[in-house]
Amino acid sequence: MEKRTRADTFVEEISAIPGGEGIRLCIQCGTCTASCPNADSMEHTPSQLIAMARAGMKNEVLSSNAMWHCLSCYLCTVRCPRGIKQTDLMHALECIAVREGLSHGRTLTPAMYRSFNDFVYSLGSLPEFGFMTWFYMLTNPLRAFKMIPVALSLLRHGRLSIKARRLTPEGTNQLKTILDKAESLGGAS
Amino acid sequence: MRYYTYFPGCSSSEGGAKAYGWSAKAVSKALDIELIELDDWNCCGSTPYSSVEELASFCLSARNLALAEKRGLDLVTPCSSCYVILNRTNSHLKEYPQLKARVDEALAAGGLEYHGTVRVRHLLDVFVNDIGYDEINSNVKINLGGLKVAPYYGCQMVRPRPGFDHPENPQSMDKLIASLGGEPVPFPLKSRCCGGSLIISEEALALELIRKVFDSALSNGAECLITPCPLCQTNLDAYQRRVNQKFKTNFNLPVLFFTQLMGVAFGLSDEDLGLKTCIIPAERVLAKYL
Repeated sequence: MEKRTRADTFVEEISAIPGGEGIRLCIQCGTCTASCPNADSMEHTPSQLIAMARAGMKNEVLSSNAMWHCLSCYLCTVRCPRGIKQTDLMHALECIAVREGLSHGRTLTPAMYRSFNDFVYSLGSLPEFGFMTWFYMLTNPLRAFKMIPVALSLLRHGRLSIKARRLTPEGTNQLKTILDKAESLGGAS
Repeated sequence: MRYYTYFPGCSSSEGGAKAYGWSAKAVSKALDIELIELDDWNCCGSTPYSSVEELASFCLSARNLALAEKRGLDLVTPCSSCYVILNRTNSHLKEYPQLKARVDEALAAGGLEYHGTVRVRHLLDVFVNDIGYDEINSNVKINLGGLKVAPYYGCQMVRPRPGFDHPENPQSMDKLIASLGGEPVPFPLKSRCCGGSLIISEEALALELIRKVFDSALSNGAECLITPCPLCQTNLDAYQRRVNQKFKTNFNLPVLFFTQLMGVAFGLSDEDLGLKTCIIPAERVLAKYL
C-alpha cells in the first residue's frame, strides 16, 4: 500500500481549491517573492510558503501572516514561469485557515474581510462608511479615532454615504437563497 | 449609438466614488454610448469574499452574470475590482467543471442559470477600443495642451489575464491622455499596487506603497494622476495627507478618474464631473482648462 504522508494530505487539500492545484508545479525559482510588494513584511515569503506547505508544515503555514498580506495585485501570477495562479493559491490558504479556525493575531486582515463579507451577505451591497466604522470599532476603537480626519475630509467632499444601497426585496431574498445554498454545499473543492 | 449593460459597482454608484459614476455616464453620453444599468445587481464581493469564502464569492458574481446574460450585451464596469472578480468567475467556471456544477446548483436555488456567455469589459477598454482615440480626439473642445498627467493603471485592470492592455507596461491611458492634448509622463510604477483594501487592515504597509507611487509620478514631472479604479483613487487621494504626515513629504497631487479628465477636455460641466469631490483640489492644475 502506498504510504501517504502529512505533506501529501495538505497538498491535496490545497490542490482541491480552484487555483490551488498549481502548488505541485512550483520549481522554487523565487520569481513570486521577488515580485511581491509585501514580501518583506511576510513571516514567510510566497515561495517559502509553497515549500513549507509541500513539506507538510500545515500549522506554520496557516497560522502565519503571509497570505493575509497578499494585495491581490497579481504580479506574481503574470510572472510565474510555471503558470501557477499564485494569488489564487494565497486565497486557497486563506480559505483553509478560516475553515480550520486558526488565529492570526498579528494581522487584522481576516477581521476586515469578515466585516466586509457580513455586510455584503446581509445587504447585497457594501456601505463603505458602515463597514469601516464597524471594522474599526470591532478591532481597535482607538484607530477609529485616528481615522476621523480622513472620514471628515471624505464627508466634506460629499463622499461618505450613511445610507446603504438596497436591492429589491426579491433580489435580496434571491441572493440570500443562493449564498445559503453555497454555504450548505461546503467549499469550492 | 452603442449599447452596453452597465455594472457600476458599489463605490461608483452610491459609495465614495460617486463622481466616477457621474463622469462615466456623462462622457459615455458625449461619445454616443448608452450604459443601461443592470437591474438589481449585487456587490461583486471584491477581494474580501474571494479570499475567504471561495464558493460563495463565485456565486455572488455568477448571479450578476446570470442577470446580465438575459440582456445579451457586453457587461461594462468602470471598477477594476469588479472587472477582475467578474472575469475571474467567468474563466474559473470554464476551467473547473466541478466548481461550475456547484455554482449552478446554488444559482438554481435562486431560480437562475448561467451559460458563460457574458463578456465582461472595463469602461476604458470600451472607450479606447470600441470608440477609439480618433473619435475621442474629435470630441475634444478644450485641448489639454501642456498638462502633464501620470497614468496610474493599478493592478486589477491589467492583470492577471492577458486583456486589452499589457499587464506590466500598459499604454491605453497614455494614448488617451495624448488624444486629449495632454502629455503622459513616463511613469515606471504605473501598474504597481496602491495597497488596495489593506489600507484598512495594514495601513503602514499600504502608505509605503502609496508613497512610492507618488515619488515615481512626481519625479517625472506629473501635475496630476488619473486612474481607472475607485479604490486606487481613494487610497491616493484620501490618504495623501496621511502619507505626508508619516513620511514628512509634501505631495499635493490631484488624483482624477480618467473619465473626469476626459470630461474636462470635452467641456462638460462640473455638475457632470464632480471635480469638487477630489480631496486634493484639482482646480489648481485644471484652472486654465475649466
